[in-house]
Amino acid sequence: MVEFTINGKNVRAEKDETILNVARREGFDIPTLCYNDTLGSDGRCRLCMVEVRKGNRKRIVTSCLYPVESGVEVFTESPDVLLVRKTVLELLLARCPNSETIQYLAKEHGITKTRYMKDNDKGKCILCNLCVKTCEFNVGVAALCMSGKGPLKKVTTPYSEPSHDCIGCGACVAICPTGHIYMEDKDGVRTIWNKRFELARCPQCNRYHAPVEQLEFIATKSGTPMEQLLICPSCK
Amino acid sequence: MIVSIGQLDGIAAEYKQKSRVYSKIVKICCGTGCVSSGALKVHEKLSEFIKAENLSDKVLLKKTGCHGLCERGPIIVFGDDEILYQTVGKRNLEDDARLLLKTIQDGTIAENLLYKDDDKAKRYVSPRDIPFYAGQTRIVLSQNGIIDPEDIEEYISLGGYQAVHKALKADPMEIIDWIEKSGLRGRGGGGFPTGTKWRSCRDASGEPRYVIANGDEGDPGAFMDRSLMEGNPHAVIEGMIIGGYAVGSSQGFIYVRDEYPLAVQRLLMAIDKAREYGLLGSNIFNSGFNFDIKIFRGGGAFVCGESTALMSSIEGKTGEPRAKYIHTVEKGLWDKPSNLNNVETWACVPHIINKGWEWFGSIGTPQSKGTKVFSLVGKVKNTGLVEVPMGITLNEIIFKLGGGIHGSRKFKAVQTGGPSGGCIPGEYLAMPVDFDSLTKLGSMMGSGGMIVMDERDCMVDVARYFLKFLVDESCGKCTPCREGVRRMFEIVDNICSGNGSKGDVEHLEELARAIQLGSLCALGQSAPNPVLSTIKYFRDEYNVHIEQKKCPAGVCKALTTFIIDPEKCTGCMRCASECPVTCISGEKKKAHTIDQSKCIKCGTCYDVCKFDAVKYE
Repeated sequence: MVEFTINGKNVRAEKDETILNVARREGFDIPTLCYNDTLGSDGRCRLCMVEVRKGNRKRIVTSCLYPVESGVEVFTESPDVLLVRKTVLELLLARCPNSETIQYLAKEHGITKTRYMKDNDKGKCILCNLCVKTCEFNVGVAALCMSGKGPLKKVTTPYSEPSHDCIGCGACVAICPTGHIYMEDKDGVRTIWNKRFELARCPQCNRYHAPVEQLEFIATKSGTPMEQLLICPSCK
Repeated sequence: MIVSIGQLDGIAAEYKQKSRVYSKIVKICCGTGCVSSGALKVHEKLSEFIKAENLSDKVLLKKTGCHGLCERGPIIVFGDDEILYQTVGKRNLEDDARLLLKTIQDGTIAENLLYKDDDKAKRYVSPRDIPFYAGQTRIVLSQNGIIDPEDIEEYISLGGYQAVHKALKADPMEIIDWIEKSGLRGRGGGGFPTGTKWRSCRDASGEPRYVIANGDEGDPGAFMDRSLMEGNPHAVIEGMIIGGYAVGSSQGFIYVRDEYPLAVQRLLMAIDKAREYGLLGSNIFNSGFNFDIKIFRGGGAFVCGESTALMSSIEGKTGEPRAKYIHTVEKGLWDKPSNLNNVETWACVPHIINKGWEWFGSIGTPQSKGTKVFSLVGKVKNTGLVEVPMGITLNEIIFKLGGGIHGSRKFKAVQTGGPSGGCIPGEYLAMPVDFDSLTKLGSMMGSGGMIVMDERDCMVDVARYFLKFLVDESCGKCTPCREGVRRMFEIVDNICSGNGSKGDVEHLEELARAIQLGSLCALGQSAPNPVLSTIKYFRDEYNVHIEQKKCPAGVCKALTTFIIDPEKCTGCMRCASECPVTCISGEKKKAHTIDQSKCIKCGTCYDVCKFDAVKYE
């Protein structure tokens, strides 16, 4: 067991826990965008920064990655923490001016406008990498990647061509914190990442419910017969 | 195969014996700088002459690594620093080659190839007397420019691989002790104590362990590591073998950027030779210790010089850094204990083992031991590589070794530490150069880049240049660096184009602080340094740009107008003939004028005018 304080409150945690986990369990609000319970974190968005004081030393650390330590004092809203958090939100507001998620988070921190020129080519993508990771580790497909670096970095399919591996499952859409990824189901066809997927029709209710490629993927992975998968969840 | 010290000594003795048959040894610098100034052509021509005169068995013509004085390349040195010829073949290849032949044949010194002072009053025959060399203490570079980097036997003849033999006789912990006591600190920028790093890696649990040499030098204007890898690759290899033995690793990696093809080639050749001689591979010197090295060629992303990004790149992943709350000595390459040092750090190791930690510790300052190689570039007369003891002043490096500023202009600032470093103004030139002093001044040692600037350099424009570099080289992983640095660039760019507004400087300071605190890796954390240090020392210059819409140095194009003073203009026509867009007109011996609508503000007219008639405002 590790004992330390968060905003003056004594807390206990398991050795390998992160500050973020403990803080949230103890009821402290730390905003995050790139963190997900199932996928861990790689410290991209920098919203969850907290101040850790150890004796005379103080550091601003990423709470989603920083392992708890005995005797430290953690502050989730120190002036430095708020400076970083507000700056990140103002920067993201300029990058994704149309993202409701960012607008909301920024407003919560007292930021309603940005001093920077607004981008119009980044959509709502904040490069949190969750879509890339969920596709690779949760779905097991790895159809997405990051390309480029610096301001040109973007999420895309390899060579920005329709991916052979994408099964059109939409897990990326579901995990995206800002609603950046475009997916449309229309007339029995799903369009996502520049690729069109034929949707399977439920033999019982006659409604379209999932891409055929996704059902085939599940059939191969799980050994479930295709006939069973074709029946939509509501009719099962 | 070498398995004993006797065999190593035997090779050394045999090599020395072989060299004795040559009555003359001529060393042609074939470092990148000299090669681009034509050293290979000089070599070819001189070889031709030597052959024609039937001197081939008497004269040893050697291609060496970088000699350091790149400004005056191609450099040729006779014998053991007896004569140094500079800019050989620059005027006339044939004539110069004949002069070289004459020196070989009867010792006649070619006066016009000697190094001269600016006023041409003094000529220097031996490089030992040239202030550029005389002020140096060469340890890491001691064999650069002397040995043929492709000849392992020559390296052995100068004591090469003796340190490996000595180290393998000692206990690994003893070696770590020596390195710790020597006070060696990382030469790549961080300045972390090398021995402490080795100890942590040795103590970390997990197998296998890796040792890595960081040769991903990416700072603009820096070429220390390049010259070392190209000029003396075995020194790096030898250091790594010792490091591998000390931390308990049998696999090393050298990460070299692919833009350094010659370094890659020389390292590969050196590794092959070391394997052939049994100095890499299994059971080195019959000690039971196995060690080998692989080369990994980097794609040239600046961020891959950062340890975690570098390791990620070796693993075949995107070169993005990760948080280092768990250090790479514990979980590095493939999550195994990994010890990464810069190539210059590795090259220091054999010297410490051979000559003792006490000797190394006696050089430098109490906190920064040994020497450091700097690449001295910019507006300084003698650009090139210098190796100096830690604690030497900036003044000595720039004015004594570097020979001061070109022309009659005044020194303005020196930028140290690469893009993440800072600009230091004239009032601090007496400061000693060591890890801690440079950091105190708001700059850093970095890997050893040193860019000298004069009064025609605009400090706001300098900040703009480094920001642009960092915007492009940010990996884009974390928000403050990816988004913040480009916004800093936008603000500074606006200031340079006359669109700055009151409060911009304070805004930059606020954003800079957030980026320093919030970025994931050292690239982002130090990215604001060029802006912060120029604001710290040259705040007035920012204010003049913003408030008066003027660039005091006459660099920012939107804020600069070049004009010709009709009173001073003699009508010599020099500016008109040099102007790249022919926007200067006027008759001979009459005052000239600049057509402002066509002027591109390059400043060539200002630079070439001998009568001080061109002004800018």
